[in-house]
Parts: sequence; structure tokens; C-alpha cells
Amino acid sequence: MNSKIKKPKIVWLQAITCNGNTHSLLSANANRLKLFLDSFDLVYHPSLTTDILLDDLLKKEEDIDFLLVEGAITSNKEFFQISDQTTSEVLKKLVLKSKYLIAVGSCASYGGVHKKFEQNSDILGLEEALEKKDILSLIHPIVNLTGCPVHPEWIFQTLFSLKEYKQMSLDEKGRPKEIYSYLAHHGCTRNEYFEWKVEAKSFGLKEGCLFYGQGCRGPMTHSNCNKILWNDVNTKTRAGMPCIGCTEFDFPRNNMLETKKNIGIPDEVPLGVSKRAYLSLAGVAKTFKIDRLNEKIIK
Amino acid sequence: MSLKEEKKNSIIEKSLLLFSKKGFYNTTIPDIAKAMSMSVGNMYNYFKSKEELAKFAIKYSTNILANDLREINQMEASSRDKVFLFTRKYLENVQKSPEVIEYFLRVYLSNREVFNKDCEGFLCVSEFVTEVMILLDEGAAKEEFRQQDFFPAFAMIMGALGGFAFLAGEKVLEKDISTYSDDVAENIYRALKYED
Repeated sequence: MNSKIKKPKIVWLQAITCNGNTHSLLSANANRLKLFLDSFDLVYHPSLTTDILLDDLLKKEEDIDFLLVEGAITSNKEFFQISDQTTSEVLKKLVLKSKYLIAVGSCASYGGVHKKFEQNSDILGLEEALEKKDILSLIHPIVNLTGCPVHPEWIFQTLFSLKEYKQMSLDEKGRPKEIYSYLAHHGCTRNEYFEWKVEAKSFGLKEGCLFYGQGCRGPMTHSNCNKILWNDVNTKTRAGMPCIGCTEFDFPRNNMLETKKNIGIPDEVPLGVSKRAYLSLAGVAKTFKIDRLNEKIIK
Repeated sequence: MSLKEEKKNSIIEKSLLLFSKKGFYNTTIPDIAKAMSMSVGNMYNYFKSKEELAKFAIKYSTNILANDLREINQMEASSRDKVFLFTRKYLENVQKSPEVIEYFLRVYLSNREVFNKDCEGFLCVSEFVTEVMILLDEGAAKEEFRQQDFFPAFAMIMGALGGFAFLAGEKVLEKDISTYSDDVAENIYRALKYED
């Protein structure tokens, strides 16, 4: 009696991509990467040695449980092809064989940085690139794991959740609520500086908040980076680099690393906080100079 | 508003009138109590000291302006119109309740020793300053006002308005104060307006 439960089959397709999400996946915590590889059957990944080739996959009748796509899609043959087909054609063929479709990274979710390319107006995320009827052939709405790159834990959490519970709660942009309901601001080690409006004097310092002077998007960005950390140890904001809002649909923005101000007033304030409320609190905080917060943490 | 808060406001209103007539330092708590037909003991139930009353009086005075400016900020109107509307409202207040603006100019600005504890910086005028920030933020976002630092922009508005209130107080204006409103507003607007 064969009691071995078949591992769900994963196919990873690369479209127009920098490969960053693959790098991120392969940099995952070793234990969790092992658990992932033991729990799923990664049938095909272009950067890894696999038994099957993409051409075979496209020709075979086989079912795919999870289709993970990294990169943006175009139907313009002049600009990009895989196996003599457009990414749009390859995507459609694979989607029709798949149960779940996961957009890995911002480019697959909505076009990302590649959408900014001006010479080709036909660069899209998965949802836009597919026909409605093809999306309906899936057994679950498309899961958008925005991020540039995606955090490997978001991939693992999504796959294990879908494997176990068959469905996931998604926000109005198709992102898993469990991950994207938080803000990058939650868990930043500079929160006290944010509270008392003590600005960082430059990048890379331990002291100071990056919101007012360095364009930190933390308070306006949905992600759990400062909760689960990168490589288990750190994040941009903790290291003194502002959050660039890479999980949001307006990424990449112009004038990153700059806080847009109107006559000294920040153009955008934390999500859901009215400008009046923010300015009232900031005004009070600015009145007081807390000595400890204006000194080095480690003297 | 609770009854206690309403009473506090009446006391402040009366105090401002007395300060305007007799001067801040010459007015005592017993003076204010007498004018309110209250006992001195009862006065202390509302304000523990003249210093405390002084600080509440500043919040009270600037909150009148804050409420006026908040109403204007929430209107669907151009930032230019808002400048004109607020200037008009401010000068109306100067005309209607001169003791309020006088208190700000002649007591708050001139007697820092009374206010430097618990009223430092913008602490006691913060509601009003927040509304000015919102006016400027919106104006610059709509490209009606040009980009500049906050403080020069703030000083432009408050200097022009405060200076004019001072002139009104000195009774040197030749015409009714409201007739100057549009000219003052035009000057403020031109100083702030956007240039390509």
C-alpha cells in the first residue's frame, strides 16, 4: 500500500526579470529552504538543474499544482522570447495546466520596474496579461507577492498555507493578508526617533528616523519586513537605509530617498492618519528636546 | 463642552477684557473674581494661579483663530481664496474682540517669563499652527504656493496679520479695518504664490 503522500508540484517560470526573486529564494534560511524542498516537488526552475525542460513541460499533459511566475509578461516578440515563444504564450499554456498561480515579486504582480520601459507599452503583470477565462481555470484567485525582491518567507508561507488550507485570505490587491496587513514601519528600531521627531543626520547611522529627511516609505508600505527580518537579522530601515516601498503598486517611484514636502510639510503621512492629526502630534514632539535621543546610543 | 469648561471660558473672556483695560500685571485674581461675581476661593477651583489662567487664555485665544481657519481649510476653495477669507476673518476678530488679539501681541509675545514653562515653543498655540501648516501644505501641493521653508512662509502670514492688528490697536488706521482686508491678503498671497 503506497502511503507516501505525493508532494505538490511546483513550476517556476521566469519571464522578464532580473532574477532577484530567485536570488532571494536561494538565500532563504537553510532549515526552512530544506523543509520547503522536502515538502514540495520543484519540478522546474530555470536556474536549477531539473529532470524536465521547459519545452517538455509545455508539451506534456501533466498537471501543475503551483505555478510560480517571476517577472513581467509581454506579447511583443521583438523584445523578449522564451523557447521561441512570447512570455504571454508560455504563461497561458502553463496556467491552463495549473491549480494555483502565484506572482512572485512586483514585476509579475503588476509589471514592476520593467513596466517603466518606454519603448514597449505591452509589459504587464500576470493578472493584466491573462484573459479572464484563463484566470477562471485556476482554483484560486492569483496571489500577488509584491516585493522587489520578494521575501523568501512570503513564498514559503504562501505555499504551505495553500497546501494545508487550500485557500488564503487576500487583500484588495491580491496580496496575502497575513503578510501584507502590516506596515514596514511596525518593528523598526527607530520608532522612538519617529515618535519624538529626531531626524537621522545621514544614512547608515544607528540614530535617528529616516521619515522626514531620507524618504522612508515605511509608514505607508504594506509588508512585514520589520517583523520577520531579512536573513533573520536585519532590514533596510534598521540598517539606516530608508524603506523604498517596494511592495506597493507605485514602485519604483521617482525621487526615491527624498521626502516630498510642501513648504516643509510632508506630502504624505502614515497610512490612515489624517494630516491634521499627524501635524498636531509632530508639533508637540518637536517642542521638546529629549537629551538621550540626541546622543549616540552607544557612547 | 462641560459646564466647568464653559465657566473657565467665561472667566478667560472676562480676564482678557480686564487685561486689556488695566494691563496684565495690574490685574489680580481678586479683580477677576469680583468682575465675575465669584469668590476668590471659588476662582481657585477653576484656575490654580494667574500663570495657569494666562496659559489657558493663550490656548483659548489661538483656538478661536484655529477654529476659523479650520473651517476655511475644509472648504472647497482655492488656496488664494482661503488666504483672502482668513485675512478677512482675522481682521473681523481684531475689530470685534480686540482684547483677544491684544492679549496675544502684548502679553504672550512680550512676557516670555510667564509662558516659558509649559508653554514653550508652539505648545500653547499648536492647534492654530497646525491649521496654518495645512493651509500651506495644500497650497504648495496644488502648486498655488511655491516651495520654500516652513518658517519664512509662516512668518509672512503671521507677520502681516499681526503687524496689522498692532496698527489697529494703536488706532493709527485712517479707515475702518475691514476695508484694508483685501490689500493685506493680496500682499500675503503675492509673497507665497507659485512661480514657474
